[in-house]
Amino acid sequence: MLATFATLLIFQCLGEGMTFALSLPIPGPVVGMLLLFVALVISPSLLERIEETGSELLRHLSLLFVPAGVGIIVSAATVRGHWLAVIASVIVSTILTLAVTAGVMRLTMPRQVGKSSASAEPKKENDHA
Amino acid sequence: MHNIPELGTIWVYLAASPLLGLTLTLCAYVSAFWLYGRFKFSPLANPVAISIALIIVVLKSTGMSYRDYFSGAQFVHFLLGPATVALAIPLARQLPRLRRSFFPIICGLFSGSITAIISAVTITVLMGGSYQLAVSIGPKSATTPIAMAVSEKLGGLPALTAVLVICTGIFGAVIARFLFNWMRVGSHELRGFALGVTSHGIGTARAFQVSPEMGAFAGLGMGMNGVLTAFLAPWLIPIAVNYLSPFISP
Repeated sequence: MLATFATLLIFQCLGEGMTFALSLPIPGPVVGMLLLFVALVISPSLLERIEETGSELLRHLSLLFVPAGVGIIVSAATVRGHWLAVIASVIVSTILTLAVTAGVMRLTMPRQVGKSSASAEPKKENDHA
Repeated sequence: MHNIPELGTIWVYLAASPLLGLTLTLCAYVSAFWLYGRFKFSPLANPVAISIALIIVVLKSTGMSYRDYFSGAQFVHFLLGPATVALAIPLARQLPRLRRSFFPIICGLFSGSITAIISAVTITVLMGGSYQLAVSIGPKSATTPIAMAVSEKLGGLPALTAVLVICTGIFGAVIARFLFNWMRVGSHELRGFALGVTSHGIGTARAFQVSPEMGAFAGLGMGMNGVLTAFLAPWLIPIAVNYLSPFISP
């Protein structure tokens, strides 16, 4: 567990260091993710070693958004008078983005792949989600 | 016996240390997750939304400030960094499938990313929002740290952006299953990727609860859209705002 955590932090440091040194517009952790991805593809044994703890961390990903979300009580004042615009924008734009992304992917997906997974998986989705 | 201070004093003492904020965060999340299970993991019982609501109720009723709360909660918040890095693990696992779907992934990514930015800015401006509000909401589909950086760069309010990013995440995670069922999109690859592009980490967390495969594609969508938004938003938002300038309220 500790080795996995150390690995993740090392890659985060590498990512933060790179964004700072090259003044990239991308946040450090995302660069760290890309670097770790390359490392895992090169070394499958590293993947075996960190997979279990890493997946455990990702299972509780939701928890990590809670502290920032509670910040809504602080920013409530800044939206004064524009609640409707903000709510409409978030709702409509989110639905559009989901629909456009999935729609375009389905259109460009090779027929065979789209077909086989579409017929095999909806059942699973229904009893699981 | 008479030396024991009253309850209010103990609370004030505890509230001054980071311990209380951290405990509150974990307890709220455990309770919210228990409820989520009771509701058979329905997307409507989103654990992030329930946790946030529970904590706000506690803060409001005890008069604890967000700053005091966050002094403890920041330890949880900090883990967002390593967790983002850890998304490389499911990605590496799914590499063969990613290779196979490379072209649809790139097409979905670009169309989704551009739709997210342009639609958010346009709707906000047309409904009377200011430039600052439009810029704050533009990068809302990117992951929190990226969205905040973009917002700050263009003159938005990063704290407001963080909240809008989380609202987008929760709303997308709640609505996705209904929308995809209606669109008859069944594949976990498509569902996951679209959810990650739209709803970043919260959508990804939701996707992992459905299946590891859906989670991996969501993680991919979130990572790629984060990077793309960081590049696209700084020039797309000014173009959109310029085009919409006759409608912008001062």
